[in-house]
Amino acid sequence: MFQRALVATLYCATLAASAATASAATIGLMAPLSGPQALVGQDQVDGFLLALEQHGGKLGGQPTTVVKEDDQLRPEIGQQAVRKLIDKDKADAIVGLSFSNVLMGSLARLTESGVVAIATNAGPSPLAGAQCKPNVFSMAWQNDGAAEAMGKFAQDRGLKRVYLMAPNYQAGKDMLAGFKRFYKGQVVDEVYTQVNQPDYSAEIAQLQAARPDALFVFYPGGMGINFVKQLNQAGLSGKLPLYSVFTVDGTTLPSLREAAVGVVSGGMYDASLDNPENRRFVAAFEAKYKRAPSLYAATGYDAANLLDIALRKAGGDPKKLAVAVKAAGSELRSVRGPFAFGRNNMPVQDYYAFETARDGGKVVTRLVGTPFKAHVDPYAAQCTLP
Amino acid sequence: MSLTLLVAQLLNGLQYGVLLFLLAAGLTLVFGVMSFVNLAHGSLYMIGAYAGALAYGASGSFAVGILAAMAAALAIGLVLEVTIVSRLYRRDHLDHVLATFGLVMFFNELVRILWGPQPIFVQVPDVLSGTVDLFGFTYSSYRFAIIAVGLVVAVGSRLLIHKTRIGMLIRAGAQNPQLVSALGVNIGLLNALLFGVGAMLAGVAGAMAGPVLSVQSGMGEPVLITTLVVIVIGGIGSVSGAFYAALIVGVVDTLGRVFLPLILRQLTERSIADAAGPALASMSVYVLMAAVLALRPQGLFPARRG
Repeated sequence: MFQRALVATLYCATLAASAATASAATIGLMAPLSGPQALVGQDQVDGFLLALEQHGGKLGGQPTTVVKEDDQLRPEIGQQAVRKLIDKDKADAIVGLSFSNVLMGSLARLTESGVVAIATNAGPSPLAGAQCKPNVFSMAWQNDGAAEAMGKFAQDRGLKRVYLMAPNYQAGKDMLAGFKRFYKGQVVDEVYTQVNQPDYSAEIAQLQAARPDALFVFYPGGMGINFVKQLNQAGLSGKLPLYSVFTVDGTTLPSLREAAVGVVSGGMYDASLDNPENRRFVAAFEAKYKRAPSLYAATGYDAANLLDIALRKAGGDPKKLAVAVKAAGSELRSVRGPFAFGRNNMPVQDYYAFETARDGGKVVTRLVGTPFKAHVDPYAAQCTLP
Repeated sequence: MSLTLLVAQLLNGLQYGVLLFLLAAGLTLVFGVMSFVNLAHGSLYMIGAYAGALAYGASGSFAVGILAAMAAALAIGLVLEVTIVSRLYRRDHLDHVLATFGLVMFFNELVRILWGPQPIFVQVPDVLSGTVDLFGFTYSSYRFAIIAVGLVVAVGSRLLIHKTRIGMLIRAGAQNPQLVSALGVNIGLLNALLFGVGAMLAGVAGAMAGPVLSVQSGMGEPVLITTLVVIVIGGIGSVSGAFYAALIVGVVDTLGRVFLPLILRQLTERSIADAAGPALASMSVYVLMAAVLALRPQGLFPARRG
């Protein structure tokens, strides 16, 4: 409610301002805001709006209107929303763009329009490779990055026999492929489960029988909550080291608590990262929303700060905005640490390993390693952008 | 594949089966006796899960959670029956589907407004948080408890239906509602009672599932579809049919998930087997249902009709 009121106020403020000054920015925010992944979308919106508020409702000195759209995690709804943001709202930039499948569904319209698009939750491999676009950026990650980092981490720790599990869809396969790109030990088995399967008892029994040294999984959202809880109930926590990506994160940890203790997660951000920008962000986010920010909130927050720099650089010329965004990447003081855009407009950033641990009565995450520094994704070489 | 692993997998199938039975029992009675298609049954399961999780969280006692889930699901089930469902019995099945699908969306959104999209955390009760050692294999005690509760409900419902006066009326109502009502039985009251009890069982299933699954908006729909498969296989209106069919579906689904990918790996290339295995496994119960419908359209264990 409050946010809606905030957006409305901003909108009014902008209308008033636009009468006086010619330049005002309109930013489209598209994310899954209903359905099982609504939490992920809401965090991106909340992170973005927090940064906007810190800049006094202006980005790059221009009063900014935010238009929110819900893509419902459906590519066809996402396409309509993108079309509306471009044609009707005349958005200067579109932020969010949901999951990879929704982003890829809207890619044709985005490319044709030339409007700057900043994805805060996806970096699909085609977009990172041969289909890279000058006006489409990822503020989040190239999809394989976190899994590659976990593969490297497992390799560095000298794990001999690892068991891999993921849901049976493109992202699941990409994650396991990313892990295997840097892990050179024995893969005991590779198991794909149904998407949104609620119960993993059968797979967990098979896993127990295989007796691996460690387990690597990718189970986003509710799937991860179910899987980690059930693994814990089967008595495997503590006995079988669990490495994961997008499974135990800021959105699922409140539902997992003790069940997640000991789990190692790969990613480019966690609220526990120790740098001045992040400390300021976490304090402000917790004060405003009464919860810790997830990595999705961090990408939304970074995207707003990035646009603040880029809009100032472009000086009100929409044609210069894409170039300005790319340059702004290396100037941005991201909450995740070092950041820049690679030649394919994907992030070049560090990937960390976080471990969930018990600290007194609380469950916290702490940094246990940095498998990659300034990691460039493997698809960048296929991109023909200068 | 060792024998203990097979035993563990059969237990998993059994546990999934009894959970499905708790849902299917209510659904099959409402469908069979009142000829009412209730898609909102999954919402009652979700309501049970939320009521159980919240009461358990507040009181610290899992038993209180279960009782709260039963009370909440029973109360909401009765309210739904009196206000909406009872007006629709004489209408077409399409109207039932439209109205109850609307209820599904209403309840999912209501839950999201009240408690947000974040899944609620439910701890396994301390007494059951350990594991049981099955010849070197650890199996969750809590899952054993689910099996026990499911079997108790199955025995209880069999006694209720076959040994009591109410049960006799339920059986009679399933066969010929007009005649039962002509004999002076308040069929409206009977229907409401039946709907309420079905809702209560769904609530129990939800509360029992809470510590294993994530309690969140929309959790009822996937399980509702499997429950519909169960009642079709078991024979609509037959509680004992629902019981056997739930166990069959539970075991087929579990073993399918385990063995189909393994078998396919023997037959084809690894990459094809990895992609096709889970897809085929997710189809296994529907294939079973299609086979049952082709060979025995009335279901495997139909209620006897006069």
